Order: sequence, then structure tokens, then C-alpha cells
Amino acid sequence: MVNKPPLLEVNRLKKFFKTPKGLLHAVDDVSFKIEKGKTFGIVGESGCGKSTLGRTILRLLDPTSGQVFFEGKNITDLNALEMRHMRREMQIIFQDPFSSLNPRMTVSQTIEEPLKLHNIFKDKHERQKKVATLMDTVGLARRLFNSYPHELDGGRRQRIGIARALSLNPKFIVCDEPVSALDVSIQAQILNLMNELQSELDLTYIFITHDLSVVYHFSDEIAVMYLGQIIEKAHADDLFARPLHPYTKALLSAIPIPSIHNRVERIIMKGEIFSPINPEPVCRFADRCSYVMEACRKSEPVLKTLESQHQVACFLYDDNGETTKIIGE
Amino acid sequence: MQKEVKVKTNLEQDFPKTSWSKETIMRLRRNKGSMIGLAFLILLLVMSLSADILFDYDELVIKQNISERLQWPSIKHIFGTDEFGRDVFARLVHGSRISLLVATSSVTFSVIIGGALGAMAGYFGGEIDNLIMRVTDILLSIPMTMFAIVIVAALGASTGNLILALGIASVPIFARVVRGAVISVRDVEYIEAARAIGANNFTIIFKHILPNCLAPIIVQITLRMASAIYNTAALSFLGMGVSPPAPEWGVLLASGRSYIRDFSYLTLIPGFTIMLTILSLNMLGDGLRDALDPRLR
Amino acid sequence: MSNDIENILEIDNLFVEYRTQDGIVKALNGLDIEIKKGTTLGLVGETGAGKTTTGLAILGLIPDPPGVIVDGTIKLNGEYLREKTERQMEKIRGKHVSMIFQDPMTSLNPVIRVEDQIAEVIENHNEVNKQEAKILARKMLEQVGISKNRGKDYPHQFSGGMKQRVVIAIALACNPDLLIADEPTTALDVTIQAQVLEIMKELKMRRNLSMLLITHDLGIVAEICDMVSIIYAGRIVEHGTLVDIFDYTRHPYTKGLFNSLPNMKDRTAKLKPIRGLMPDPNNLPSGCIFCSRCDYAMPICSSVYPDYYNINGHVVACHLYNPENIKEEVLFYGQ
Repeated sequence: MVNKPPLLEVNRLKKFFKTPKGLLHAVDDVSFKIEKGKTFGIVGESGCGKSTLGRTILRLLDPTSGQVFFEGKNITDLNALEMRHMRREMQIIFQDPFSSLNPRMTVSQTIEEPLKLHNIFKDKHERQKKVATLMDTVGLARRLFNSYPHELDGGRRQRIGIARALSLNPKFIVCDEPVSALDVSIQAQILNLMNELQSELDLTYIFITHDLSVVYHFSDEIAVMYLGQIIEKAHADDLFARPLHPYTKALLSAIPIPSIHNRVERIIMKGEIFSPINPEPVCRFADRCSYVMEACRKSEPVLKTLESQHQVACFLYDDNGETTKIIGE
Repeated sequence: MQKEVKVKTNLEQDFPKTSWSKETIMRLRRNKGSMIGLAFLILLLVMSLSADILFDYDELVIKQNISERLQWPSIKHIFGTDEFGRDVFARLVHGSRISLLVATSSVTFSVIIGGALGAMAGYFGGEIDNLIMRVTDILLSIPMTMFAIVIVAALGASTGNLILALGIASVPIFARVVRGAVISVRDVEYIEAARAIGANNFTIIFKHILPNCLAPIIVQITLRMASAIYNTAALSFLGMGVSPPAPEWGVLLASGRSYIRDFSYLTLIPGFTIMLTILSLNMLGDGLRDALDPRLR
Repeated sequence: MSNDIENILEIDNLFVEYRTQDGIVKALNGLDIEIKKGTTLGLVGETGAGKTTTGLAILGLIPDPPGVIVDGTIKLNGEYLREKTERQMEKIRGKHVSMIFQDPMTSLNPVIRVEDQIAEVIENHNEVNKQEAKILARKMLEQVGISKNRGKDYPHQFSGGMKQRVVIAIALACNPDLLIADEPTTALDVTIQAQVLEIMKELKMRRNLSMLLITHDLGIVAEICDMVSIIYAGRIVEHGTLVDIFDYTRHPYTKGLFNSLPNMKDRTAKLKPIRGLMPDPNNLPSGCIFCSRCDYAMPICSSVYPDYYNINGHVVACHLYNPENIKEEVLFYGQ
């Protein structure tokens, strides 16, 4: 197997926010790599820093420390102008199709704007042809060319957002909860569209979501985030078949399954969420964990790589991947 | 892209887009109140522009004619005459020039200066915001009329100084309104989306933020125009603005005051004119605000 | 059909319209709902299907104008609610029927202590004094799994899941005959959702609660409901027990909803979304409303609205199940 260089590499990325109470560690020492053409899923509950991570990677927020390498190039020290050029390669699709579109711009104006900003076409005709092609690509009827976003439903608006992101022919797209505001039937339409676009245009995705069934369907590799850190990372099938971290186990058991057979036993988590402001260097999940040990309150667990690239940050597993304490089955 | 898609070349012909201004006017026309307001303001504007053709300034507005003093409205003088026998209608029409000039110029001044300051404060935040807002707080703590009096007293009473005084007095109000509106829009996702596609600060402020802040700004503009008119009147009334015999509306009101018992039309007519102008401005403002918002189509 | 004592709620042929300047929005178009005492009915549908309107109609809280109940009856515990005056409805709300809304952040008053908010409802509907109400309120808090010492706290001191539990405590404070829960866990994270569902299940068992659970999430329905009604464009298209709906899905729309969900067994299985969009409620088509999105549509579907076909209590509104033109093999039984 040829070792392909990763399209994106995130190295010890941190993003802290100043608050009156202290430093809020929204993203705290996160590292991972994504290969070209793959989808990297990031799951976590609200406030775990997954959206901040996505925005910091794109430098919509400036990182506190750490680097992001895109095709081997460190984009964290590009200046504002260089970064604007870089944006042609990396795009974002937002969660809320209602607030992510300027209400005073028509569908075509919105899709056209990136092309205008980067002077892709000198001639208005060429530009509008491109807009029409993009509208076809994402399945928007051309008669909506001059419609305003408020006249359209959520699914169509999300298609506008996708067309805008695709207009610059990016290689990499951060999808920040792109379907969580949509109804299930529309959600499936959009997910299928994004899947088709990925194989057609050889796109690489970061897929951020709180919805575990969607992330399972959509991602090759999945990272589970808890309070700013990745606590477990594995191939999608591996993670769902064999979750290791107690938090991942609880999270997976909490998915309401739309079937009346094979009901699983719920793991109900107790306790309060640890504050992400000036956190102590201990395991951030310790207070809610039913397997908590002394070690958990003494130092912070680091990600350990076990067999088949399964990584977990938990003291229950030693460096060789041996379980020090039996959990689960 | 691998798929070859046939594209018709002229989408604009296929899906004609009504121009922005046409659409706005169309929507404005549906609002009766603002159309009445607009009609009155146009009438006022036309009269003030053609004031010299309608009424000779020296003959009818300034020259005293004691034989015809204090006549109630009649066919000859539809709004009657004042204590010096001058035609009130002629004086009102000539006076509208001063009032409208002062109102539009002072508001334009304060929209530009206050708007720029407010947009900067709201968009960049932090120290810049702090500095601008503390200065405006200080300015706001001084009553507007008093502030204008001070400036006029210091620089002398003239139309130019009046405009400057009222303009400066409104700057902090616009700065506050624009800042608040900018902040409410600044953190919406479409601003972030604009940044993600590589827009610079200038594009973001002028294309994405300000158009979405129009509603409160337009409302404030009409309110400030109205207040500029009555402040001009008030200052002239106090003798700090335009001085007699120039026919400013406030001067008219002030000089009619001594005859309010027996010749009430001398105060009522300029008073009503001021009231109608202000009302028209407010109604037009409301209509414009709605007409400019594509969401309310 | 069924007698009054058995059914806590019966809605029959309910029509609700919102008359706006832009036209008449037909929110409910002949809705029928039945809930047996002590059972939970899941009302499942997508945005704009009329789920929330149903809840508001029962409480008599449809904003008027523009909302108008055009026709139909709502019978709660044998009493016709549409004949009640506003005064009488005030007595009924909270005491006989109460509602939990989606967002716990906005349904609590931020400046009143939580125990006082619960006590207020108890005081309004029962012959008790302030002190007794407070004691009952604290008991209520414990029932939803919150320590009674926290009753003196303000809502902002609670996490999202705890706030929703307080909301549930308020709703259940007067032992209502019927609880309407409108997407009670949609705003919550999965692990918190699991906690709240657990509490709701427990309360349901312990208090023999009758509940109308409004949701879009079939997973939650499987978890907590006994009966399911699928609503589409203001009408019930399929109704049955959990087994009926989940294992013997009949209506093409219900089938489409299941197919739209990611398959948790096979990651790479392609999703099969329902094509198209829900029709504009301003302008509903004649015939079956689902017709234009249906893969099984027949000529009759575009002109005649299907009757309800009842097979042992499993009701479906679809021409495919008309005994006269029923196909040899039943089209979508099982998997």
C-alpha cells in the first residue's frame, strides 16, 4: 500500500476563549490527519468544542496554538491575504440554512459571490453560466435563480449553501451539522447529495454532528469529542462495534433506535459536566464515569493507539491496549 | 466537473429579475400611509424649489405692508397676513427652504459620521468600541437642544452653524443605533459564511452587514429629520437660529405667539405645517423600512 | 365504536386553518385521534404537518386570529372541549390537560424560583395554601429526580436536562388526565435525552399517565409509546400499535420515513429519501396529499382522497389497501 500524504493534518490545535471567569478551553490539544477523499466525522454533545474546532481549522477563528497543515502547507501562519486565497481550497457548510444565507441576496447572488470575490470569471455571462451549472449540480431548479432564501424551504436553502461552498472547486469542506435542522426525509436527500458530490468531485469532508446515526452512515473515521478533547478515534465500523471509552459507550447506548427489536440496555450518565473553564489536568469525564479509578483524578489520560488504529484516551487501557479492568461484555 | 451540463447562456432573459429599485417602489406603493406622506413631502419640495417663482422674496416675504396687517385667511391671502401685513403662505413656502435644507443637511452629516463610527465600533469591538462609545455617551448626556444652543452661541447664529450644531448633536444617536444593529448582525452565520469564501472587512460591512441594518437606520433618519425641523423651529423661536425677518417656520411660530388669542391662525398654520411635515416623514420612513426588506414581500 | 370511559381523548374530523393575508393555510384537514386511558400515543410527522397545531387545539390555545377551528370535535374525558368558555378552559388547562414544550429554556420564568413555579400551578387548581403547595412542589421535584434542596434555585442554575424535568414536574403537578409533550427532548443532547426519556417512562408507569407525544423521531416513539399515529399534511395517514407501525408498515409515507433513516447495521447502505417536498398548505392538491411523492401512486390517487381501511385496528389511509383493488401480495409487509 502506498502511503499517501494526508490532505489535512491538525497538530496539537488549541483554541481558548477569554471569559470573565477564566480561560475557556474550547479546543484543547487536538491532533488528527485526514486522507484525501475520506470523511472524518467529529461527534460530541453541545459545548464539546466540535464547531469551534471546525472553524479554527478553517481559520475563521485564529488558533491559540498548534498548526493546521493543508497539503503539507502550514496555514496557521499565512497572513490575511494569503489566507483569502487559501479559502478557494477549503470551504464550510453551515448548520442553520436559515441564518447562513444573507436574506437580502438572491439565490444566484449568493452562489455568485465567491466567484466575484476571487475574480474567477471576467465576464458576467460566464459567471452566470457557472452559477446555473452549480444549481444543476446541487439539484436546485433554475427558476429559483432570482428567488430569495426566505421563499424557500430548509432543504433548498441548504442546497444553496452547498452550491456556494462548491463554487470555488474546493478540495476540502467542513460540514458543520449540515442536516440537523432538517426533517428526516429532507435530511436523507441532502446526505445522498453530499455523498454523490464527494465521489464525483473527490472531496474530503470533516463532518461535525451530534447525531450518531448520521455520523455512522457518513464517515470513514470518527472522533468522539468531550470538553474540547478527542477521547476516542477509530474507523466508523470499529467504533460502533467496539466502543472503548466509557463516554462513547454511554453515548452509543443513548441513541434512540427506530425499531422495537433488540433493545439495548441504557447507560444513564450521572453527574454534572466538568467546567471547560481553567480545567484541572485530570480526566474530564471522571465525575460522570462509572469506572472511575484513582488514576483518573491524578493526571490527564492521553490518546493511546491500540490495534487497528483504534485510539482511546482512558486509563482503563494500558499502553499495549490491554484492558486493566473488564468493561462491557 | 465531469458531467457536461448544457447551459443556456442568458439566464437573465429566462428569469427576468425586476430591478431592485422598481421592486422597492412597487412595495412602497402598497403602503397608503407612506404614499400620503410622500405626496405631502413632494408638494413641499416642489413649492420650496419654486418659491422664488411663486412669491417674490422682497416684495411679499420681507416688505412690510401695514395696511393689510393681521388679516384672517381669505381668497387674497389664503393663510392670512401677519402683524406686518406680510402674506403667511408666501412666508411659509420660503421658510420651508430653510427648514428642509437644515433637516436634510444635518441628518446627512450625522448619518455619515455617526454611521461610520457606529459601524466601526460594532464590527471591530474591543478598544475601538470602548473609545467611541464612551465619547458618544458623554455627548448623549447633554440635551440636544442645549448642545445646539451652545454651538450656535459660540460660533454665531447662521444657517450653516445651525446645520453643524444639529448634525453634531445627532451623531451619537446614529452611532448608537448603527452599532447596536451591526452587533445584532455581526455574529450571524452568513457573516461567517462571507468570511469563509474570502470576503474582506470592507465587503462584509458594506454588502452583508449594513444592508441588514437598514430598518433601524431608516426609522432613525426620519425621526431625526423630524427632530431637526422642530429643533430649528425651537432655536429660531428662542432667537438662536434663523433671525427675523427671515421666514423660518420657528420664527413664524414665535412671532405669532403674541397674537395667539385674537389671531390664532398665525400660530396654528405654521404649527400644523410643522406637524404634517414630521408626520409625513415618519409615515414615509415606516413604509420605506418595510419596502426595502425582501422578506416582507 | 369505543365508549367514552375508555378513551381519554377523542379528536374527530378536526379542521384548523390559519387565515393570513397571503392566503388560507390549512393546518389540519380532518384529523382523527384516539388515546386510550393510561396509554401513550406517538404523533409522528415532519415540520409543518400540523403536530403542534394539534396540541394547541386540544388546549384551546390556537392563536386567533389568524387561527380558526373550522370543524370537528375534541372530547377530553367525555367532555366536548370546543363548547367550553375561555373561563372553563382556564380551569381545564393545567388541571386536566397540560403541555410540555420543546424548549425548556424559554418555558420557565427566569426570575422565579423553581419550586415556586411548580407551587403556583398547584395553588391555582387545588384547595391548598401556599405552604402545602410548596411541600407538594418539592415532592414533585423528587419525582422527576431532582433533589428537593434545589427547589430554591433559579432556572439558570439548572442544566438543560434538569430544566426540562422541572417543566415535566410543572406539567404533572396537578395530576392531569392527559399530558401533551411537544418534542420534549429535541432541544437536548442524546445523553440528556436518554435521562429525560427514562424519567418519562418511569412516571408513565408509576402514575398510569395518558400521554400524547408529539415527535419527529421514530426512535423515541419506539422507546416510549404504545400506539402511533403518523400525520401528514394535517391528516392521519396511518395508525396502529408499535408492532403495526414498525414491523408491518403499510402507508408509503411511513415506509419512506423509515427508509430515510441511516441504517445502523450497514453503514454503506444508501439512504432512500422520499422524493419531493410536502405540498404547500396554502394550496393542497385534490386526492391523496401524498400522491405526488408516492412510488405506488395509481390513477385514482390524484383524484380521490382514500378512506381509512381498518384491519384489526391497524388503520391506513391509502388506496392500496382498498379490499377491491388490493394486490395479490401485500405490498410492503415486513422487511
